[in-house]
Amino acid sequence: MNSSQVRVSSPWWIPTAVAMLVLALLGGAMIGPAGPTWWRVPLELLNRLPLLTVHSGVSESEWNIIWLVRMPRVVLAGLVGCTLSIAGASYQGVFRNPLVDPYLLGVAAGAGLGATFVFTINRAGSSTWLIDPLPLAAFGCGLAAVLVTYVVGTAFGGERSSTTLVLAGVAVTSLVTAMQAFLLQRHTDVMREVYSWILGRLSTATWTDVRLVLPYVALSTTVLLFHRRLLDVLRVGDDEATALGAHVNRIRLVVVLFATLGTAAVVAVSGLIGFVGIIVPHAVRLLVGASYRVVLPLSFLLGGAFLITADIPGRILSNPAETPIGVVTAFLGAPFFLLILRTRQASR
Amino acid sequence: MTSLNFEKVSVQYGQRRAVVEFSEVVRPGEWLCLIGPNGAGKSSLLRAIVGIISFSGNIVVDGATLHDRNARRRAQLVAYVPQSPVMPSDMNAYEYVLLGRNPYVSHFGSESVHDTAMVNSVFERLDLTDFAHRQLGELSGGERQRVAIARAVAQEAPILLLDEPTSSLDIGHQQQALELVDKLRREHGLTVVSAMHDLTLAGSYADRLVLMHEGHRVVGGTAQEVLRAETLAEFYGVSVHVHHEPDGTVAVIPRRSLRT
Repeated sequence: MNSSQVRVSSPWWIPTAVAMLVLALLGGAMIGPAGPTWWRVPLELLNRLPLLTVHSGVSESEWNIIWLVRMPRVVLAGLVGCTLSIAGASYQGVFRNPLVDPYLLGVAAGAGLGATFVFTINRAGSSTWLIDPLPLAAFGCGLAAVLVTYVVGTAFGGERSSTTLVLAGVAVTSLVTAMQAFLLQRHTDVMREVYSWILGRLSTATWTDVRLVLPYVALSTTVLLFHRRLLDVLRVGDDEATALGAHVNRIRLVVVLFATLGTAAVVAVSGLIGFVGIIVPHAVRLLVGASYRVVLPLSFLLGGAFLITADIPGRILSNPAETPIGVVTAFLGAPFFLLILRTRQASR
Repeated sequence: MTSLNFEKVSVQYGQRRAVVEFSEVVRPGEWLCLIGPNGAGKSSLLRAIVGIISFSGNIVVDGATLHDRNARRRAQLVAYVPQSPVMPSDMNAYEYVLLGRNPYVSHFGSESVHDTAMVNSVFERLDLTDFAHRQLGELSGGERQRVAIARAVAQEAPILLLDEPTSSLDIGHQQQALELVDKLRREHGLTVVSAMHDLTLAGSYADRLVLMHEGHRVVGGTAQEVLRAETLAEFYGVSVHVHHEPDGTVAVIPRRSLRT
């Protein structure tokens, strides 16, 4: 035997996933209801690189469509997909439950409630504060929601009960949504703003939005990737992980904190998008195995590629109207989730 | 070789005292086996050593108390094989044994070349090379037990704790697993503490036995000293025939109380 046995999958997976992400980015930039012919886009992108001159035939106004309309949207969709996907894989690792994702654990709904709080208090004034309270409130309430889900789920079903945790997530999501509806009923003046926030602004994304979420995504992803080996240690359960010298509670807290931070940040710009965090990590496991050393980075890369690709039909199918990306992921995700549930039942 | 001293160790679950002021000295390289009926506190004592549950009193390894060690250092000193190890079915044997190197890897680090070389040598020494890449879900009970022991060996800890290492194995695999532990003990100078229900096997492999009952240490000594029919009748509530072999081993055979 040699040390290469530690590699649980082909070393080609990561370059392949990077290539798929780049292709998705390129595809997203090439396709749209208005703008230049699709094949001119990559030529113009090459032309914009330093030291390269390529004649693409793209006018300045067409370039503005590419750079100011399509690219921010594509990059933002990529960041959202990467984050929801790696956060989903991380939650699955830390809760040792393959059926959870940020949406099902109530994180997204909690973030929505936090945002509603800020809108009802004084959004116009607070947005000019030194630190915008909106993402912080979304993060705080998202974190509270996932903690309540975990405490309730484990109290009634024990740590190994997958379905109890999911049911707890459904209950917490319902409760949080009801609280949000109650708040909105008492503050009808901010209803339009809140719903516009919940539905997200992927379709009107700007580079400012990208700059807003990028630090959170970078921080959250870096911390989560650094924990990928420890998530493998947690797979043998809390007791054995402790006996192996792991600080189980500390690992769980840090991973939940940073997965929630990333989720709350992207939910703030994309709205509630379900199932990405469950579809992508499961597909990755089917391809390369269950080790988080590979599942986490691949989920990150392929999650971005997936959401960029999922956003494309919504942009062109019902033009000039838009199909929200959450609708597309739900169409794909709901049957996928049921398929996983059925497979798990069959394997018991 | 490393010694292990228990000084008035107590473990409590709420109001229930699982272990009560347990004191014992395990000499370097010795195999001590804890015996006793269900609920005697054997598993609780082992779980306390590795930090899974909290305890009062002192557990001293080579002169330093475990309280003063951080989790990683403790795992470098003590390896633990639970009664029913959690073995994710989609994890392969190599990944599983590699987890044994966790105490030597920093929080954000990854395994070094030395760590992987160590794991490779464990596979070779334990003759497990053939199923390094097999999923744990595909392994038989005996193979899984050997892989669980391999993970503990990969920890390179001088003290090995085994909680019911043979409970789910047939008689052949029971013997194989215990012979493997004995071989490792002799070759690497391991100090072994095990909890076992099979009194004959416990007496055959361990240097000394300690009988526990309701959290208390009742009696300790060699198999001949501890495995006595009247002692077992008192604490297990069972009638047994104790057979002494010429080579010094002791066989404990339960007697049926009623014959119809």
